[in-house]
Amino acid sequence: MTFTLFGLLLEAAIYTVVISGISIVVGFVIGMGVAAARLSTHKWLAIPARVFVSFFRGVPLLVQLLLIYNLLPAIGVNVPSVVAAVVGLSLCTAAYQAENLRGGFASVPRGMLEAADMVGLSRFQQLVRIRAPIAFRLTLPALINEAILILKASSLVSVVGVVELTRMAQDLDTSLYKPLQLYSAAGLLYFVINRAVAAAGKYAERRMAWGRA
Amino acid sequence: MRFDLALVASRLPEIFHALGITLVVWIASLIASGIFGFFVAVGRRFGPRWLDYSLGAYVELFRGTPFLIQLFLLYFGGPYVGLSLNAIPAGILGLSIYGAAYFSEIFRTGFEAVPRGHVEAGECVGMNRPQIVLRILLPEMTMLVLPASVNMSIILLKETAVMSVITVPELTLTISAIGTEFYAFVESLFLLALFYWSLVEICGWLGRVGESRLSRYRFAQS
Repeated sequence: MTFTLFGLLLEAAIYTVVISGISIVVGFVIGMGVAAARLSTHKWLAIPARVFVSFFRGVPLLVQLLLIYNLLPAIGVNVPSVVAAVVGLSLCTAAYQAENLRGGFASVPRGMLEAADMVGLSRFQQLVRIRAPIAFRLTLPALINEAILILKASSLVSVVGVVELTRMAQDLDTSLYKPLQLYSAAGLLYFVINRAVAAAGKYAERRMAWGRA
Repeated sequence: MRFDLALVASRLPEIFHALGITLVVWIASLIASGIFGFFVAVGRRFGPRWLDYSLGAYVELFRGTPFLIQLFLLYFGGPYVGLSLNAIPAGILGLSIYGAAYFSEIFRTGFEAVPRGHVEAGECVGMNRPQIVLRILLPEMTMLVLPASVNMSIILLKETAVMSVITVPELTLTISAIGTEFYAFVESLFLLALFYWSLVEICGWLGRVGESRLSRYRFAQS
């Protein structure tokens, strides 16, 4: 394993981090919407949200990626494969994050909402000032966990031709025949990134731990 | 976009054969990773410190890297260290090693959740280690680890799709090949998604039935 080769893998690892990062953030936003729809008493919101969650959690990510990669051009949307990959990862993580957020919102203590009613906060103020911050704090560990899962799952976008860490190792292996070194190095990079994310998550949890409900 | 499942329906025997392979590799990996994971958990709890540390390193490494990379390392790197496996055995072995890392953590938390008093009571009546594991820890934690185990089996079922990348002829590989042949990617991939979706829903339902059945053996929380 030469220095240049490792440099190429390192560069590809940045793509992995960027793709995963965008997917996590987009997935969080979609997940918020889905969680809200699932918690709604309106049947026409709750049922589709439920089907969405069940589908994206019940189908392997690889199949979702292949489906989106082929479906988008078939319905006339021509986008680069990296966009299809990010859409796939985002929708998948949205389903998982929606479930986490639903759990978080459900465990906001009732007493706090009653107290908010007493001091005259409106529904919207209650959501912004009390329910959302507490739910976020409660679901932060699950969010970090999800980020690590997505970092690992992003290796699958190599299959639809996005050149990230896994695909770079694969491409280098096709010309160099050094699978042991290349895949070990790629694995090591994934491991280090995941460790860093986990450490950052622990730090954020400690910072936000004050006055925990 | 045309949507014609009849195209794909003509290849049903082939599809059902692939479904069989998916189920076989899944169940084989599930059993192997359950057993292996159990021994890892026992080794970490009762073994010497060096064993705990090395098994801990294994668990962290395999939980911290993508399954696809592990599979590539085994399938493409294996022959360089004298381990030449065909696609199916490589897939099963890879998924078992991957799954065992997760199962060992599930069992470890299960062991920890069994009240200490029960283990101490076992020691008091003169049980040895294997007896304590088999007669106290294992039965008491079964109920505790069941939800996580069902969840993990569903994750493993979905991971079998990744084996298509190393040419294991399971559902994903077979159905996408049929899609390529008929130039009917979208409908065949929808069918594929439907297969996995129903399998996962059935598996989750069986898990819930099993949980409610087993809940009568739940010990009283002290």
